[in-house]
Amino acid sequence: MAVMTESAPRRRPLDLNVSWTDIGPFLALAALLVVGYLINPDFLSATNLANVITRSAFIAIIAVGATFVISSGGLDLSVGSMAAFITGITIMFMNTVAPHAGIWAIPAGMAVAILVGLLCGLANGLIVTVGRIEPFIATLGTMGIFRALITYLTDGGTIPIDRSLREAYRPVYFGTVAGIPVPILISVAVAAVASFILYKMKYGRKCAAVGANEDVARYSGISVIRTRTVAYIVQGACVAIAAICYVPRLGAATPTTGQLWELQVITAVVIGGTALRGGKGHVWGTVAGAVILELIANLMVLSDFVSEYLVAAVQGVIIIIAMLIQRFSNSK
Amino acid sequence: MFSRKWIAAATLGALLLAGQAMAQDKKVIAVSIPAADHGWTAGIVYHAQAAAKEINAAFPNVEVVVKTSPSAAEQVSALEDLSASRKLDALVILPYSSEELTQPVKAIKDMGTFITVVDRGLTDASVQDLYLAGDNIAVGTNTAKFMIDKLGGKGDVVVLRGIPTVIDDERIKGFQDTIKGTNLKVLDIQYAHWNSDEAFKLMQDYLAKYPHIDAVWANDDDMLLGVLEAVKQSGRTDIKLALGGNGMKDIVKKVIDGDAMTPVETPYPPSMIKTAIYMTVANLIGQAPVRGTVKLDAPLITQANAKEYYFPDSPF
Repeated sequence: MAVMTESAPRRRPLDLNVSWTDIGPFLALAALLVVGYLINPDFLSATNLANVITRSAFIAIIAVGATFVISSGGLDLSVGSMAAFITGITIMFMNTVAPHAGIWAIPAGMAVAILVGLLCGLANGLIVTVGRIEPFIATLGTMGIFRALITYLTDGGTIPIDRSLREAYRPVYFGTVAGIPVPILISVAVAAVASFILYKMKYGRKCAAVGANEDVARYSGISVIRTRTVAYIVQGACVAIAAICYVPRLGAATPTTGQLWELQVITAVVIGGTALRGGKGHVWGTVAGAVILELIANLMVLSDFVSEYLVAAVQGVIIIIAMLIQRFSNSK
Repeated sequence: MFSRKWIAAATLGALLLAGQAMAQDKKVIAVSIPAADHGWTAGIVYHAQAAAKEINAAFPNVEVVVKTSPSAAEQVSALEDLSASRKLDALVILPYSSEELTQPVKAIKDMGTFITVVDRGLTDASVQDLYLAGDNIAVGTNTAKFMIDKLGGKGDVVVLRGIPTVIDDERIKGFQDTIKGTNLKVLDIQYAHWNSDEAFKLMQDYLAKYPHIDAVWANDDDMLLGVLEAVKQSGRTDIKLALGGNGMKDIVKKVIDGDAMTPVETPYPPSMIKTAIYMTVANLIGQAPVRGTVKLDAPLITQANAKEYYFPDSPF
């Protein structure tokens, strides 16, 4: 990999636009796949890869939203609790409607999920922008609120989805289209839409401008408040989409649903090449980052040489090494 | 001016005395437990509240007060609040952590309160008058015995552990000590933090890694739910047994219905808080001697006795 470091010299604006930040995550992904195969050939079996990529979909979808927030210079710690809260509300709504509407309860519930997601995102956005509270503190607050609400809704236990909906809803997580699991298709679609917004539309450039330098953005006539609030709303919508894919997996919401997802999401975004301090967002890198995280966890189980007590430490080391490789190849 | 103040003070004092006299007619039992933040503690809260309601209705001269706290520090404050306003005749406590709660509980004991400790012991055992807990080693032992029996003494097993704690260690130890010397082989053992989602992923990985698995043991029912979903998705037919532990109502229901893969369950029932409250009341009201240590066994829940452990209204 070191051979590649003498990358594109930045002389002309018309250089090949492929920078290390863009391809870094994918090279790391490829390296991980090779290492994984050498450790245990089962790693590259179609079933295993399908399983792992499918379950990375939640983090990937949420992290695409987080790419907007972080790119615009914000941060959202509430995504994990928000996912749990939306899951709970969605299941409760579906269960209430099911006796009257039958299978139609599922699309209706999905619509409710999106609506709740947009509102949660709007709330976060307004607290941060209009309320002028540091994103870290504001979303730490809403993180506690969402977590408490789901605990309250479940009485600390479980809200299971109605049995009559269970089988009909199952394919949204377990189903495949042309051999590809549905959650993977959904996350690719979400990432495609997001990269269109971020790279082809005016809003994307505003987002990066606000994240790179707030004052300059304001002087050039960009509404910082609106740009940032919209980023949080996009985040809310992404969390809702992830929740919609999540419900059919275990068919229940519990107070531990989505715990620590916020940290995985932020890690995925940063592995993907987006700077935590804001600026240009890397949507596809983020998706690769989410897959990398899940692959590392999978590899820990499939390999035999890490004691169960040390798994988390090894995961941490791998992530730090991956970031260091990127950093040093980047600074050239 | 002075006289008016004195009158006010005297009236207030008289009221306070009267209030205290009335309070003294009733025996007050405070129950301090963790707030519901996952299935098992939700069960604790449910059963504590049920016990309080039943006892308050059955004994007019007893008042059971239930207080939940979301952390060790807040449990300490709750103890101070409970004991500040009135004299407690008894305290039933499930401590958040042994170290932090020992001194505050001792302070209450020094006021002459009967102390019942549930599940997690204090660091100074002399503080408690009654200690009641389940048997985590037996949870592992009894599960292992059933597996050995059912699989004819040989087979490949994968195990999912919870959160690194004494509870988890004891369950795993009970299991491993029991299968020693048999041909039951533990292929793999990893942490899934008593979480359904992590258990789902871990089980998918186990299934990818091992082409043949005879039995799965998840030492908690939240994890078992994830395991069952992963097995169902894989369509694999080699897995004969998938067992959990703790006594979640969904799993006990499976036992009642005669599920082939999960035919038994081992209890570490949150209803033990109810046992502790009733025993404490028996001591205060009926003068029944209860001082000592009570260890609830973890007998296998089978189709025959499952009704005893099934609480359809409980959140757990």
